[in-house]
Amino acid sequence: MEIQLLNLQAGKKAKIKRLEGGFEFQAKLASLNIRIGKIIKIVAAQPFRGPIVVEINDRRATLGRGIATRIFVEEENEISKK
Amino acid sequence: MGNPNIGKSAFFSRLTGVNVIISNYPGTTVEFKQGKTKLDKQLVELIDVPGTYNLKPTSKAEDVAVKTLKEGDLVINVVDATNLERNLYLTLQLLEKNIPVIVALNFWDEARHKGIKIDVEKLEKELKVPVVPTVAVTGEGINELVSRIKEAKPHSYKYSDEEIWKKVGEIVKKTQKIKQREHTFLERLEDLSIKPITGIPIALLILSFTFWIVRFIGENLITYIFEPLFNLYLPIATYLSNLLGSGFIHNVLIGTLIEGEIDYVQSMGLLTTGLFVPFAMVLPYVFAFYLALGFLEDSGYLPRLATLVDNLMHKLGMHGLAIIPMLLGIGCNVPGALSTRILETKRQRFIAATLMAIAIPCMAQIAMVFGLLGRYGVKGLGILFATLFIVWFVLGFFLNKVMKGITPETFMEIPPYRIPYLKGLAKKLWMRIKSFLKEAIPFVLLGVFFINILYVLGIIGFISNITAPLVVGILGLPKEAVASLVVGFLRKDVAVGMLLPLGLTMKQLIIASAVLTMYFPCVATFVVLFKELGIKDLIKSAFIMIISAFFVGGVLNLIL
Repeated sequence: MEIQLLNLQAGKKAKIKRLEGGFEFQAKLASLNIRIGKIIKIVAAQPFRGPIVVEINDRRATLGRGIATRIFVEEENEISKK
Repeated sequence: MGNPNIGKSAFFSRLTGVNVIISNYPGTTVEFKQGKTKLDKQLVELIDVPGTYNLKPTSKAEDVAVKTLKEGDLVINVVDATNLERNLYLTLQLLEKNIPVIVALNFWDEARHKGIKIDVEKLEKELKVPVVPTVAVTGEGINELVSRIKEAKPHSYKYSDEEIWKKVGEIVKKTQKIKQREHTFLERLEDLSIKPITGIPIALLILSFTFWIVRFIGENLITYIFEPLFNLYLPIATYLSNLLGSGFIHNVLIGTLIEGEIDYVQSMGLLTTGLFVPFAMVLPYVFAFYLALGFLEDSGYLPRLATLVDNLMHKLGMHGLAIIPMLLGIGCNVPGALSTRILETKRQRFIAATLMAIAIPCMAQIAMVFGLLGRYGVKGLGILFATLFIVWFVLGFFLNKVMKGITPETFMEIPPYRIPYLKGLAKKLWMRIKSFLKEAIPFVLLGVFFINILYVLGIIGFISNITAPLVVGILGLPKEAVASLVVGFLRKDVAVGMLLPLGLTMKQLIIASAVLTMYFPCVATFVVLFKELGIKDLIKSAFIMIISAFFVGGVLNLIL
């Protein structure tokens, strides 16, 4: 099931399925290796609607929540269940 | 060229001998730096380009990077060996530009530690340009890089965006092997310092420890080194004073004698106060602060701190990353103002620069305030710093509400923790001390000289009389304090020092210190703000400064 990255539980891994945005948005995310097909993990979410910290390829990045609602992912164990 | 925070400046510094500031956070380099170096007996010019992820200009910084590229004859593409996949994206884009490229595979040591194995020969074959493993901070591999520059080759591949990523994926698959291994201590620390539950206490601990250590080092340097040195110098100065007798020259060089003796803080002579303030009162704290800042910068902690404060900063119309100009501003407002460039919109830069110039006292000023207010203990300093913090917050909140536009969402990379490289740390500290001395000494001397001239010409008395209603009426300060506000344009440290002979109460000292911080930046900062903001925004900013300085000073006068 495709969910917003924001709704992914911290610590769980998921595969990026879809990026909702134009070329610039996608290019911006790609610059930190956030691309379709990559495995992403939420390391921490800052309280009071603060940014989230994600991990991709062993590297961390901080994203605003709005960005995280435009990244759609599928949880890893769900993929393996299929 | 290369991605942000991968050691381009370290390379540049190694190759040219030009000293540049190197830290562990993306966006340390905000200016183009040029330097000359000899490669193969040929003098060439090297340009240090701010980091970029992309050659498709999606932002202003990248636009500039692309333009610089057109001017170059050869590109040294620095690549982070621990993050090959993402970095190769830029490499392949560079290979489309028909310009000779050589690749430096940097952080080679770190890659080894992390269990990342890269087959350099294979990578060379795939890219068809020379690839050299390097460790820029220690200089490992630099000689090989230089000797192979002549092998650099231009290519003009044409890929679509998708093809580039596909190609990158293939290359990485062929050349890189990652061994799974246990998480190291530093990696566990990375998690702890970014999760809010543990991260916020850690941040508070680090910041208060930093504050404590700066005071500790600063105070001890003064007590055990600088004051004794100046005590040795006292007989010489006194001898000179007797030699000169009295008169104008004595007044300018030695200043006024306090109870028949030289008083380093109050005499206001070029050879007394003019030397004592920068060396014995300010320098020790500047040294201590930059030492501590160096550790924070090089460890990679700052982007984590930026993440933790991001939410708060957004309420003030900035990113978390704006904490960096604020911290640098504590050292000196000049580099603070320059580093607002790491923020991507004009609006954010305006808010950050204005808040920093108003509410962040520089170390030179803080050192003097320590000297003045320190004897009242935590209370005096506490009220002052709390006031400035409230001003910073309220003003930011207000600016964010009234200024048009929104703050774009945070999107930043967090570098891994690194153990600071001590030699690099020492070099950076020395560069900063040098630039402090270079900028501070002339201005302090000029300030002291200037104030003497103004006194002699009666200008201070004149200004004091016209501004008296404002200064006495609203701020509750004696009208003589105006002289200090005048000098504050030149140097804040001298200005604070001038308050001492006035015999102010604690309340008056707090008000004067707050107003001195807020009403206007020093000349050096003003010039940088002019360059960064442009005249229109600077006038706006200066207007906010003056209004809020007198407003806050007036309020403090009423409530304290």
